[in-house]
Amino acid sequence: MPKQGKIEVNEERCKGCYLCVSVCPNKCLEKSDKFSKTGYYPASYKGSGCIACMSCAKICPDLAIKVYEL
Amino acid sequence: MKVLMKGNEALCEGAIRAGCRFFAGYPITPQNEVPEYMSWRLPEVGGHFVQAESEVAAINMIFGAASTGVRSMGSSSSPGISLKQEGISYCAGADIPFLIANVMRGGPGLGNIAGAQGDYFQSTRGGGHGDYKLFVMAPQGVQDMIDFPTHCYEIAYKYRVPAMILADGIIGQMMESIEMKTPEIDPKNLKEPDWALGINNTGRPKRRVTSYDLREGMLEKMVLERVKRYRELEKEVLWEEKMTEDAEIILVAYGTSARVSATAVKMAREKGIKAGLFRPITLSPFPKKRLFELASKTKDFMAVEMSLGQMVEDLRLSINGKANVHLHAKPGGSLIAPEEVFDSIIKVTKEGVKDYATIK
Amino acid sequence: MQLLNERPKSLLDVSMHYCPGCGHGIVHRLVAEVMDELNIREKTIFVAPVGCAVFADTYFNCDAIQGPHGRGPAIATGIKRAKPDSIVVSYQGDGDLASIGMAETVHSAARNENITIIFINNAIYGMTGGQMAPTTLIGQKATTCIYGRDPKVNGYPIRICELLSSLEGTRYAERTTVHNVAGVVKTKNAIKKAFQNQVNGIGFSIVEVLSMCPTNWGVRADNPSEATKYINDQMVKIFPPGVYKDVK
Repeated sequence: MPKQGKIEVNEERCKGCYLCVSVCPNKCLEKSDKFSKTGYYPASYKGSGCIACMSCAKICPDLAIKVYEL
Repeated sequence: MKVLMKGNEALCEGAIRAGCRFFAGYPITPQNEVPEYMSWRLPEVGGHFVQAESEVAAINMIFGAASTGVRSMGSSSSPGISLKQEGISYCAGADIPFLIANVMRGGPGLGNIAGAQGDYFQSTRGGGHGDYKLFVMAPQGVQDMIDFPTHCYEIAYKYRVPAMILADGIIGQMMESIEMKTPEIDPKNLKEPDWALGINNTGRPKRRVTSYDLREGMLEKMVLERVKRYRELEKEVLWEEKMTEDAEIILVAYGTSARVSATAVKMAREKGIKAGLFRPITLSPFPKKRLFELASKTKDFMAVEMSLGQMVEDLRLSINGKANVHLHAKPGGSLIAPEEVFDSIIKVTKEGVKDYATIK
Repeated sequence: MQLLNERPKSLLDVSMHYCPGCGHGIVHRLVAEVMDELNIREKTIFVAPVGCAVFADTYFNCDAIQGPHGRGPAIATGIKRAKPDSIVVSYQGDGDLASIGMAETVHSAARNENITIIFINNAIYGMTGGQMAPTTLIGQKATTCIYGRDPKVNGYPIRICELLSSLEGTRYAERTTVHNVAGVVKTKNAIKKAFQNQVNGIGFSIVEVLSMCPTNWGVRADNPSEATKYINDQMVKIFPPGVYKDVK
């Protein structure tokens, strides 16, 4: 059984480059439709599907992602 | 005990006595003895020497080493000093003290390899880009070459400004009998400055050595803080006077020109002309207050310099119209003969030439 | 629930100024992670360049110096010689390292200075606004070659790893990318090795990282595939990733 995870995106640090979205094997990240305080549409976790593979955190240039293993 | 030493080598030994333990340099005449001497002498005292790939690399190696608080030194001659200006500006902008020697040669361009004083403006006005100053001392012989580094490091570290010894090819190359008077400083006994980069195992805040601040108004603040130190630095002005008390004419000259002028003053005195000599020992700060004082009783001053009339501008600014300022200038790396200066003294004192200026 | 990625202690918890999708942030994190893992934060002195990474001296949680354009390896030389127990890293971009600072780069390698160099190659001048770099590809557009780099006028891109690996003093030279996760993992391993080499006294080590610059490449910052595709399809052809030198 694959690991189960959870992703937290720090909206104030995210600059909306979506590198995380592009590398997620389970497509569980998406572009938010809410504008952040810093002026971007941040990436956001869809709420399910994370397998705690860390790909998103490894490619994030802004250290805006925290990955938890459930 | 007296020893016979060459100016450039005395400069090195003086720096080592003053605690210098890092040197990076590049060959250029007439200062080649400096990197040569340092290359074997520094390792003997546990220091480090690097022959750099360029003047530019050398000054930045010094920037790095000096940032760790290690007393560091560079040297070059005129064209090489021009190349170093960017690095000197960064050091000044980051408040990193170090010692640099310019063993001046004839210029501009490649010029020649004889002694000259054409880098006065470059040395006393900052030299590189931006608002900054150096502490500049002008040796007139080999004894000064060995003595000055100690004072330069003291002032440089006290005020956090780079210090320069502005010598020339003649002083660098000549040999004289000198005494080693300055105390030998063991760098281990020097307190580590509170800005020095290094190993931080005490949990102190991180230290940054930097000359930039892009935040609104912050660079101005940084420069103005430095200006306060420049004002304090004014009190470190040094000069020497010979027979100025009763002088009708005072020659103002530094370095090699001061020695030539001393002979010319003697010749004049022998002929009954009351000549005196004023020798700035620090060129930055320049002894302007004392010169202004002297101008209340002496009516004629004459700058004697191996350049096209550079120091004379500081002399004029000091005298501020209170007396006549004349000029005996000799550019191009040619040595001034005392007889020529004596002739100029006659022109002013006996023939009464106003605003006398000769470029021989 | 367990957090899998703590922010490295060697990187201060501040927002960085880099543009969206820029690779600098990734490499900053990797350098910081390596500093944490090797437990060298307290003795590392970071040399920041002129260019996009100019503010790096404020981001890393260690002593740092910011010097003139291209002079990082010379500054690092001075620091390392004066304080041999410190760990010195010079972080530089392509204009800084391969153009104005080429002499310092080559000679620090030739002297086998025991320093670590992190070289970000994004084939463009970033901070100044997209001018042609020494590593700009043939045909690549830049603000000083608006029709694309023409070798007749502008010459050819410089391959730093290949060039430095010809020098006896170079002990380790590897080129990696950060355009995908596998590349990021390899980049971290390379950076770790470059630091370990310094710790172990092996000598001059350089990691060249092919990195994205969506802003100055004129591609969309919010569509990462445009920039990553450029590395994947174009840059690696001219700058093949791999280990170019590894002297034990």
